[in-house]
Amino acid sequence: MSSDTATSTGRAPTVYVPSAEALGTILAPGERPRRPSPLAASLAFSWRALLKIKHVPEQLFDVTAFPIIMVLMFTYLFGGALADSPREYLQFFLPGIMVTSVVMITMYTGVGLNTDIEKGVFDRFRTLPVWRPAALVGMIVGDVLRYVLAATVILTVGLVLGFRPDGGLLGVLAGIGLLVVFSFAFSWVWTFFGLILRSEKSVMGVSMMVLFPLTFLSNVFVDPSTMPGWLQAFVQANPITHLVSSVRAAMAGTTDSTALIWTFLWSAMFIVVFGTLTMYRYNRR
Amino acid sequence: MSRRTSGLAIEAEGLTRSFGETHALAGLDLTVPAGAVYGVLGPNGAGKTTAVRILATLLRPDGGQARVFGHDVVTEADAVRARVSLTGQYASVDEDLTGAENLVLLGRLLGLRGPAARQRAEQLLAAFGLTEAAGRQVKKYSGGMRRRIDIAASILNTPDLLFLDEPTTGLDPRSRNQVWEIVRAVVAHGTTVLLTTQYLDEADKLAGRIAVIDHGRVIAEGTPGELKSSVGSGTVHLRLRDAAQRPEAERLLRTVLDVPVQLEPDPVALTARVGGDGSDLDAGAQAARALGELTSAGIVVDDFSLGQPSLDEVFLALTDHPAVPAEDARDEALEAAR
Repeated sequence: MSSDTATSTGRAPTVYVPSAEALGTILAPGERPRRPSPLAASLAFSWRALLKIKHVPEQLFDVTAFPIIMVLMFTYLFGGALADSPREYLQFFLPGIMVTSVVMITMYTGVGLNTDIEKGVFDRFRTLPVWRPAALVGMIVGDVLRYVLAATVILTVGLVLGFRPDGGLLGVLAGIGLLVVFSFAFSWVWTFFGLILRSEKSVMGVSMMVLFPLTFLSNVFVDPSTMPGWLQAFVQANPITHLVSSVRAAMAGTTDSTALIWTFLWSAMFIVVFGTLTMYRYNRR
Repeated sequence: MSRRTSGLAIEAEGLTRSFGETHALAGLDLTVPAGAVYGVLGPNGAGKTTAVRILATLLRPDGGQARVFGHDVVTEADAVRARVSLTGQYASVDEDLTGAENLVLLGRLLGLRGPAARQRAEQLLAAFGLTEAAGRQVKKYSGGMRRRIDIAASILNTPDLLFLDEPTTGLDPRSRNQVWEIVRAVVAHGTTVLLTTQYLDEADKLAGRIAVIDHGRVIAEGTPGELKSSVGSGTVHLRLRDAAQRPEAERLLRTVLDVPVQLEPDPVALTARVGGDGSDLDAGAQAARALGELTSAGIVVDDFSLGQPSLDEVFLALTDHPAVPAEDARDEALEAAR
């Protein structure tokens, strides 16, 4: 990467001389535009997120390579042992690993926010007279795009390996839709931690500590009925379990109403609780 | 033109703010008239940035209150935000985005539609000499260009009050001059500027009034002229050939000129403050007289210079303690003052 101090261009640099006239034109007090709507402001911020992807495409590594590795690794690691063949295991496992991968990716929302704040650019955003949550909503909307991309990558790998969902295209789209809604809501947990923790590293650390048990102690990899009772209790309460059940059902062309209700309840809870906490911290720093 | 308000841009009373054990602000009072540059001078850690962040609605004070154009910074934060802009000490634009993208983004956030936002961005880039760099990521900009894009972003909304937090720290002399020119142009068009700085000469060149801050309090306030005459308008730096003659030189300067003299760590060096309130001679005449007295007393002077009082000397005069918390700040200030 280039260093921060690059000054030289190929040609001889022309020296900038501030012109009072040019600056005067800029500063002539004109009609002040109307304050943008919450939607327009959020869209402007999500445009920023897209531009960042355009300029730093390496950041898409975690939504492409990482999910592929996850699918391949676990399908062939557990497939033979847990089902008769990797292909058979995949019918059960793919929706789960899709949820695991995407939910793990949500932590980058917190890491990204923490970095932004560190660099000072949020100081500018916070002095703008716009709808306050817009900066964060826009950021998460940009992340949602990454979630969709990750889910698509996983689905493609799955289809290549022999995943054949009974729910067809609609079922698969419904499943991905559920996952994206939940991930959008879950991202607010990380914006909160991104605001309260001091460094990028500690955000990573906390995210891992939460995400590993949450995704592994669930119904993603195996049927919970084989687990000891106390663990089953945890697994049944785990929001990831409900999400996986509802995504699995959708992709299989059925509906698991209980899991669906829990998924929406958890999503609403994350937005209400962590969205509020995030905005409280954001306003009060 | 009707938007501009005459009267007061900022009224702050008894602002306090602590971070753990550190009392960044300990009862800061500030009255800033509209339409001019107001300088806030102080060393690192004096509370300048904390004050700016409170006034720009980024931070809440623990105590006291502040109004910007009559709006309370806590309870009417949105009304304040509509009229102010902040260029922080650190780049407050997105380094991953290009210069043009940053400005278009801010234009959209201020309510400009797509084409209008792009047009505004182009105008700004041209006025700040960044047209050529418009398509480059800000992280590839030089220090001076980065500061310019920062200020361009800050005046995109033609603010009534612009906060510039140490806008020239770390810039080379040419970039510093460019920033000064920009500040002058901004003020000429009716925007009030609150400028924090560690450099006395910067405040002197730009500001109509200056507040000197130390330990979170204003310790002196006035026009640059008033402040300087309270300190003495110049400093004579002397280096003698023979260290043994220093006590004699010190005595001479004290008795003949009746000015404060300071012995430097270097055994042959001493400094004297000249051109202060009590003297009927100006700094140059006093300095000349000092040199004359020393020479006729047979003291050999190897090096002699007359300079502006440094921030450190302002502090010595105002507080009887040097601006120690930041050694580097003092060194920089000394350098700038020479």
